[in-house]
Amino acid sequence: MGKILKTKTFGLALITLLLALVPLDAKKVIASLARFNEKLSKQQQAEHTLSRLSFGVRPGDLEAIQKLGVKKWIDSQLNPQSIPENPELVAMLATMPTLALSTEELVLKYPTPQVLTAVATGRMKMPEDPQLKEVYERLSQRYNARIERKKTKDEEEQLASQKGIEERLRRRVGAMTTEERSETLRKLAPQQAVASELIEAKIYRAVLSERQLNEVLADFWFNHFNVFLDKGADRWLTTAYEREAIRANVLGRFSDMVRATAQSPAMLFYLDNWISSVAPAVNEKVSRVAPKARARGLNENYARELMELHTLGVDGGYTQKDVQEVARCFTGWTIEEPNRGGKFRFAERVHDKGEKVVLGVTIPAGGGIEDGLQVIEILSGHPATARFISRKLAQRFVADEPPPALIDRMATTYQKTSGDLKAVMKTMLASREFMSAGAYKSKMKSPLEMVAGALRATGATLTNALPAAQAIAQMGQPLYRKQEPTGYSNNGEEWLNSAGLLARINFSVSLSENKLQGVRIDNELYSATAKNMGAPEWQRR
Amino acid sequence: MATRRVFLKNSGLAIFGIGSSPMWLERTVAATTNKKILVVIFQRGAADGLNIVVPHGDKAYYAGRPGIAIPKPGANEGATLDLDGFFGLNPNLKSLLPIFNEKKLAIIDACGSPDPTRSHFDGQDYMESGTPGFKATRDGWLNRTLTDDKTKSPIRAVSLGPLLARTLRGSQPAVALNSVKDFQVRDKTAGEDYMSRYAASVDTQLKGTGKDTFEAIRLLESLRKVEYAPANGAVYPNGRLGSSLKQIAQMIKANAGLEVAFADLGGWDHHVNEVGVTPYTGPLANLLREFGGSLAAFYQDLGPRMDDVVLTTMSEFGRTARENGNRGTDHGHANVMFTLGGSVRGGKIYGRWPGLEREQLYEGRDLAVTTDFREVLGEVVMGHLGQQDFTRVFPGFSSKAPLGLFAASAATTTKSS
Repeated sequence: MGKILKTKTFGLALITLLLALVPLDAKKVIASLARFNEKLSKQQQAEHTLSRLSFGVRPGDLEAIQKLGVKKWIDSQLNPQSIPENPELVAMLATMPTLALSTEELVLKYPTPQVLTAVATGRMKMPEDPQLKEVYERLSQRYNARIERKKTKDEEEQLASQKGIEERLRRRVGAMTTEERSETLRKLAPQQAVASELIEAKIYRAVLSERQLNEVLADFWFNHFNVFLDKGADRWLTTAYEREAIRANVLGRFSDMVRATAQSPAMLFYLDNWISSVAPAVNEKVSRVAPKARARGLNENYARELMELHTLGVDGGYTQKDVQEVARCFTGWTIEEPNRGGKFRFAERVHDKGEKVVLGVTIPAGGGIEDGLQVIEILSGHPATARFISRKLAQRFVADEPPPALIDRMATTYQKTSGDLKAVMKTMLASREFMSAGAYKSKMKSPLEMVAGALRATGATLTNALPAAQAIAQMGQPLYRKQEPTGYSNNGEEWLNSAGLLARINFSVSLSENKLQGVRIDNELYSATAKNMGAPEWQRR
Repeated sequence: MATRRVFLKNSGLAIFGIGSSPMWLERTVAATTNKKILVVIFQRGAADGLNIVVPHGDKAYYAGRPGIAIPKPGANEGATLDLDGFFGLNPNLKSLLPIFNEKKLAIIDACGSPDPTRSHFDGQDYMESGTPGFKATRDGWLNRTLTDDKTKSPIRAVSLGPLLARTLRGSQPAVALNSVKDFQVRDKTAGEDYMSRYAASVDTQLKGTGKDTFEAIRLLESLRKVEYAPANGAVYPNGRLGSSLKQIAQMIKANAGLEVAFADLGGWDHHVNEVGVTPYTGPLANLLREFGGSLAAFYQDLGPRMDDVVLTTMSEFGRTARENGNRGTDHGHANVMFTLGGSVRGGKIYGRWPGLEREQLYEGRDLAVTTDFREVLGEVVMGHLGQQDFTRVFPGFSSKAPLGLFAASAATTTKSS
């Protein structure tokens, strides 16, 4: 016994001595890595799992997960279809008709300016449905009145008066319930209906869904393949994008999600690939008259972000030459009339048919749509992608600086399963690092996580989610409105600043005093909880 | 040297009873007079410098941009506003021309980062950390300009917007604020309660941010109560940058201890239809009117106070010398920076022009960098802020070819460091 103790003491002394020889920074790293070996108590495991795989703990959740067992709960969340959805959520989503429409239907029922112009000029038929016809007529009148005003007012004045109208409308509908607003906006400002339903639905889902991990992942992957709602046609394209390219693939194969996003009109429009075409030959006669006729040539935007942000990562070993070659492979991947709800189309005519070399792989001349498809396979199967995706997931679910050994194991799973995201998730969630003191309460909540979490913790009843969305925007994360393709940072530190902190505090104050429009909490039971949400100990998950 | 009473009166901070003014206010009072101030503006998205300061004397400019080039100076509508016979301003920046003519605006062309990245994220990261090529740098160069003096004001370093800019992160406290007016806890009693909870927190990061926040709230209390009226007839354009600069001006004039401020304006990533029906209209033109109008309003609003202020602009990299297939431009390399202020030796275009002929271009496609962006910022930091420890702010960088953006006296100070 004494000997063992002695050996142990000696061992410790040796470690201490060795540590003393290591530079300070490295020591910090070693110390913080050790925290990923420290286990959590049963209670902590339950709390931690809920804080990472859901948008926060509702009253009763902790008891429920402990009764079922943490492992079983995780398994069920990894199979979202097996969980019956909350009927309250289903009913709420049903009041927002845009969510389920195809883009084709969406642009007809909630017409884009281009569709309205086409009808006004006789290029498209006026809809027969009397309700819809009424909407078209009202909007056309307003459109014509604006043209008239344009003749008399200068541009700035024009813009100001338009902004005034929008602002008044915004204020009026801001106080309505989701259902009332949905109907009002459909008639008066259809394009705002599309945006507000998308944003509200995200909050309702985060707060009410029983398939919490699925919602967390939908948020994560949309952000990974970010598009910007306010870029022109994307206002109408984002609803279907999220539903079909993102939500459908969050626990599927990564390459499927890359292909779905690459062929989605929303991404094609956002990163300009829809107008990228083979550069005109030097001797080709190019029209000097109409700017549109001149608009031909290679656009590198999508190719670069595909490698930097979606797959390999910025240090994934590609060159400027690779960017150009990938862009050439994707020439002709376009949209049939983006402002009229068009679909993906491969335009053979503008595809660059020459030979390309991507990351050392030769793509022979004479190819068509398969050039781009092959690039997606090359990129999705690349070891740099396996690591990049694994690290990003670990940064969301484990810690801002996830342990390299965990990333290695996740990347191995990724490679073995050809990018099966469910398998990668399983490796991560079953790891000792995930369920460790190093991970526990280490992450700053994002604004969405903070607000949704507060609404869940206080058992809030929601009849209008826009005020909550505005609070999230105040904290620095306007939903669907990250202009840059990077998406929002996964690093929690990004959210740690005075403006954000103050917005969090003010949100909690409003919530605790029941002053947030469209949100009701039971004052007696949850006022103190709501107020707590602005305190330091609640900013981490 | 202003007495405290005079200061309080002038700054509109008299709301605090004399006996109860907090320690930092006392310190601020003593140190505020003529404190040098630096304002940094980031144009996010890689602005097309070649259509901002137009090299109209370089014929390759017109050859490479048949559809989007700004017409040569002349009587025609939308022509370039000539500056020196070779360069000119985009006509949408006409509000900056008088400042250039007063020699208070310096333009530094063909400058940028030595790192070849064409990634927005990395490019911005390097320009904000001040260490191109090194991703591990945790703090930003603007934070590193702040020294450990005892006169710290809670709004010594301010980032306008909902997030704290990367360049202001670091060991010195810095606050992010959306709007001066709304910078408060709605319920006063609750505010005090939160303040003590943050003060008692064991989470050092949140405790620190909480402290910075509540101190700034107190300091800004009196500013919130008055509607700010810009001076000298200055009119800030609507939009984010105008509103940011207006609030920065307000804080400067309140003599509340502001030393460095940061604001940004996004939307410069014009891959498609950078210009409208004509090259001097369209998305870039609209942004430039907002950009130029905001800078000009700030300059006008501050008036003689600009003697203590320098404003400098940057963007992560430039755009391709030639237009792409979609009347836009793709990611490039060198760009242009503006530096304006009372002590700036303006009215001049600095930097060596590398030319736009194919063989002169970086990698055959982009304007080459002939001036490291740290050369510009280094002179601002030393010549204007008087920061002596240059290597602390820009580790690993040494000046190769001083530009001389500041007057000789300042330059002497520079050498003596």
